[in-house]
Amino acid sequence: MIVKRIIPCLDVKEGKVVKGTNFVSLRELGDPVDMASSYSREGADEIIFLDISATNEGRQTMIDIVKKTAETVFVPFTVGGGVKSIDDVTRLLQAGADKVGMNSAAVANPSLIREAADRFGSQCVVVAVDAKRIGNSWHVMTHGGSRDSGKDALKWVKEAELQGAGEILLTSVDTDGVKDGFDLELTRAVVDSVRTPVIASGGCGKPEHFGEVFRKTGVSAALAASIFHERIYSIDQVKQSCAEQGVDIREAGLF
Amino acid sequence: MIAIVDYGMGNVASVSTAFRKLGYEVTITDDRETLQKATHLILPGVGSFQAAMKEIEDRGLKNLLQEMAKKKPFLGICLGMQLLFSEGFEGGKTKGLSILPGTIEKMETEHILPHIGWNALKAEGNGNPFSQFKGKHVYFVHSFAAKTNAAYIAATAEYGMTVPAIVRRENVYGIQFHPEKSGEVGVDILKTFLQEAVR
Repeated sequence: MIVKRIIPCLDVKEGKVVKGTNFVSLRELGDPVDMASSYSREGADEIIFLDISATNEGRQTMIDIVKKTAETVFVPFTVGGGVKSIDDVTRLLQAGADKVGMNSAAVANPSLIREAADRFGSQCVVVAVDAKRIGNSWHVMTHGGSRDSGKDALKWVKEAELQGAGEILLTSVDTDGVKDGFDLELTRAVVDSVRTPVIASGGCGKPEHFGEVFRKTGVSAALAASIFHERIYSIDQVKQSCAEQGVDIREAGLF
Repeated sequence: MIAIVDYGMGNVASVSTAFRKLGYEVTITDDRETLQKATHLILPGVGSFQAAMKEIEDRGLKNLLQEMAKKKPFLGICLGMQLLFSEGFEGGKTKGLSILPGTIEKMETEHILPHIGWNALKAEGNGNPFSQFKGKHVYFVHSFAAKTNAAYIAATAEYGMTVPAIVRRENVYGIQFHPEKSGEVGVDILKTFLQEAVR
């Protein structure tokens, strides 16, 4: 059977991997292709690039990064961030991305999901959803978690699935950066709303958090950034921790 | 020189890098002469069966590929593997390359389709060069699978049904998953193809 996936996420700005706390004081961490390649060797099951470039040059650089990654990385990789049109999707897939993530543009225009799924297949369409608890429900946030779209997150993921999303990348705006574990309640609610695989994101602070979200919710994959980038923990440590908790994972990497 | 058949279906950057990594010269081409001269033929592919056969026929490559499959090591990957069979049902009933007997049908499973993600290989049998990969995880993305003679199935995976993962008959091999996206194991599987297919 399909195993749970461990995914490092690389935020890329103007061609460099960066890590910022709440989008301020971004710090450069390294070259995206080198980092993706070393994570892939260390046993990452997939890589996600999130392009947070503000300029056209930065976006063009991302295409080059995707091309180089396709030549050097032997695991699937997803590229998201700033995808606004079917042309953006086409460019990224042609450059060699396995999947493309869309967020704000899909919220504004859900038919973009359908268009991409019809043309390239659902398997390469990832809809990224940033959700924030507002009262008794969760709202979909856009523009890097800064704007409340007013949409109910659970309704939105169902709509995204109906439009042809092949995967939901779910980030909890509430737990993101807190490092106290994934948002189990939100993740469970989203997993229960759809049949599409869900990737949990936001809040991972230590390897045990991966096992926890896998055991306590039905997610297919979980993602973290800082714990890997800051070399606090390795992919291998996360996988060992998952295995100890009885979670089926792919044994791979540095062996 | 290994030739990867270029017929406009899917990105082949990582397939060619994987073979280069193994020390082989690789060319991506739809040129008849180059394909005829190649030592090995690789038929990749992502997309629908019907669209892929149309691309192959439009490029006038169907007969050539059938001819080459009789002569030299030939590997179909993912959709390329499916095209080796006689008939497919994705996008409407379509004749395949008929290099191997069998059909490509929608998977019958209670699980979500597409079958996407890392799944473990099962491979048994003495003299099966792929039995060394038993229990190893490889990366699958597909909704259709081969129905063929058990004698040609070298490895499978479980997904609410038994999914043919590697097929082979003489010099012709097919891999349903993506070896080029399956980490080191995937590269080792390609290496095994290169070693075995010349025997």
